[in-house]
Amino acid sequence: MSVVEHANGSSEFVVDGRLETAWYERIPVAYWVVAALLLIMPAIASGFVLNQIFGWSFVLGMIALSLMFLGGYGGMVSLAQLTIAAVAGYMVAIFGVSSIDAVSLGWPWWVAVPLALIIAVLFGTAIGALAVRTEGIYTIMITLAIASAFFYFTRQNYVVFNGFSGFNGVFPPKLFGVDWRADIPFYYLSLFFATLAYLAVLYLSRAPFGLALQGVRDNPRRMAALGFNVNAHRVAAHAFAAFIAGIGGILLTWQSSQISPGTAGTGPVIDILVIAVIGGLGRPIGPFIGAIVYVVLKTFAIDILTSLGLSGDRFQLLVGISFLLIVFFSPDGLLGLWDKWRAGRGRDPLTGANTVEGS
Amino acid sequence: MVVAVLLWMIFAVWPEWLKDAIGRKKIFLNALFNGVTLGGLYFLVASGFTLIFGLMRNVNLAHGSLYLLGGYIGYSVSNATGSWLLAFPVAFITVGAIGILLQFFVFRRMEGEDLRQTLVTIGISIVMADLMLWYWGGDFYNITPPGWLSGPIETFFVTGLSRSTGDPIFLKYPVVRLVILAAAIVIGVAMWLLLNRTQIGMLIRAGVDDRDMLSATGARIQWVFVGVFAFGAGLAGLAGVVGGTFQTVAPGEDIRFLLASLVVVIVGGMGSITGAAIGAIIIGCAEQFGSVYFPTYAVVLTFLIMVVVLAFRPQGLMGRA
Repeated sequence: MSVVEHANGSSEFVVDGRLETAWYERIPVAYWVVAALLLIMPAIASGFVLNQIFGWSFVLGMIALSLMFLGGYGGMVSLAQLTIAAVAGYMVAIFGVSSIDAVSLGWPWWVAVPLALIIAVLFGTAIGALAVRTEGIYTIMITLAIASAFFYFTRQNYVVFNGFSGFNGVFPPKLFGVDWRADIPFYYLSLFFATLAYLAVLYLSRAPFGLALQGVRDNPRRMAALGFNVNAHRVAAHAFAAFIAGIGGILLTWQSSQISPGTAGTGPVIDILVIAVIGGLGRPIGPFIGAIVYVVLKTFAIDILTSLGLSGDRFQLLVGISFLLIVFFSPDGLLGLWDKWRAGRGRDPLTGANTVEGS
Repeated sequence: MVVAVLLWMIFAVWPEWLKDAIGRKKIFLNALFNGVTLGGLYFLVASGFTLIFGLMRNVNLAHGSLYLLGGYIGYSVSNATGSWLLAFPVAFITVGAIGILLQFFVFRRMEGEDLRQTLVTIGISIVMADLMLWYWGGDFYNITPPGWLSGPIETFFVTGLSRSTGDPIFLKYPVVRLVILAAAIVIGVAMWLLLNRTQIGMLIRAGVDDRDMLSATGARIQWVFVGVFAFGAGLAGLAGVVGGTFQTVAPGEDIRFLLASLVVVIVGGMGSITGAAIGAIIIGCAEQFGSVYFPTYAVVLTFLIMVVVLAFRPQGLMGRA
């Protein structure tokens, strides 16, 4: 075994003639910096920022991540992801404990949460089975129709979904004696699940299933000819996305301690798409970037707008215009702009040759 | 068979057992009429949507916003001038002009990029909804039809026999709804004739079938696109005035009508005018009957129809595979 020193300082071990790096060295420095920053964030930021900015961003980011997984790797843009999240949230409220004693069954969390996730996945799979009968833009329309049907249904159904007001007083379990709704615990809780979901999507995108899914996205006919069951891959992708969205939905319900039809109304459903597209549908980190941008915009819109001399009510206008600009100028969202900037920086101004490695 | 039963149910005086089973005939007839007139309104909105999609493969999710804008413009015009009829051409032309601008500055730049076009239209609908909320506020408006159109009219449909005299009682129904239904039918037939019997219609149909080949033969396809987009958008604006007359103009209606046209064209088949008509009547009736006979689940009925159609005919009732 010999150690080869590289110009950039990283060391590689040559084992039996193969180059091997330690696993932690294969992860770029930027990831370590981000991870460290996120972990020590509670020491820097206030409780409001932790819960309302970061916690909310992580949760919305997870739901948008499930959309990104379907849209980016599967080529199926589904607007029903927030609806699936809301189903999970509703199930936790119905099976678990809430202030609405007449409906809630009051089962312990270790029954209610898995049951909610199972139902959310089944629901997502059913939507997937319906949506894969169509393609491209039809999928958007059908999932939008499903999402709004769910909204109107929950608003009118009082027996199970408690109608317009929905459920409140849905609290996370006091596991290990910690109040998980408090600022810092919720921050770590959402960070943990967001990271888990991010890594799962990252892993799956390179696993055989994810590669086959990307093949199906690029050329379904060829994949079918190669013997892959195209529709089964698509439905399975919907099931996996539903699982992530379901976790996101439960966290969303716990964070605000309530769930109502408005949680998954048409506006919020489209907001999830906006988040995913603003960030970029190309990579799993995109939805989280989009979520942070969205949440920051939403939280500070009034300040921004009043500084521009407009009234604070015009938040939707601000979001709509930023969304339009991004879709217009960079189809890959903010990540696309970032890539362009990097590629532009690395280009030799005279020859046009690219000098940055690996891009 | 089904048609015969339906006709009998419409024209005959109902026997007691039927009355016990599903309620009074007046309610049934009213639901049917409301359903068909609502279908007429849905048809006006959805036909523009389906025409634009059929030719340009562009899912215009801002269609509902165009509808709502038409409603607001119609309200402002009829309020300012006092003329209900004037509201229609103004709304048609203004919204049609906005359609031309959209096609010219937005969609022409991203031809063939389905997803991007769809996303842009979502962005436009968000921006338009907020601009309209800004300008017109969150109030509910109602466009009042002129005097000769308001009030009910006696139709020749029997609802039952008078208890005391035994004379037949006829159904009373708002004139304005009947006029609007007639107008929708006229527009529908005119559109069908235009598409199937004229030179322009031939160009459009050829464009639906094979866009590239049509432009290769020398047809000015960009002009056809602009024309169809303007017409489709204008129809949405027109429908806005209609909708404002027998319903209300308010924020949120844009989403409602966008969804209605989505479901209508999914059921009827994308890009087919006949399909839009059939789908509109089915959905309109389903909504009205649903809200009369099982109010809680009216929306679910509409949704179920969509699921069933998708399961058995994914391309829609009149759509081509």
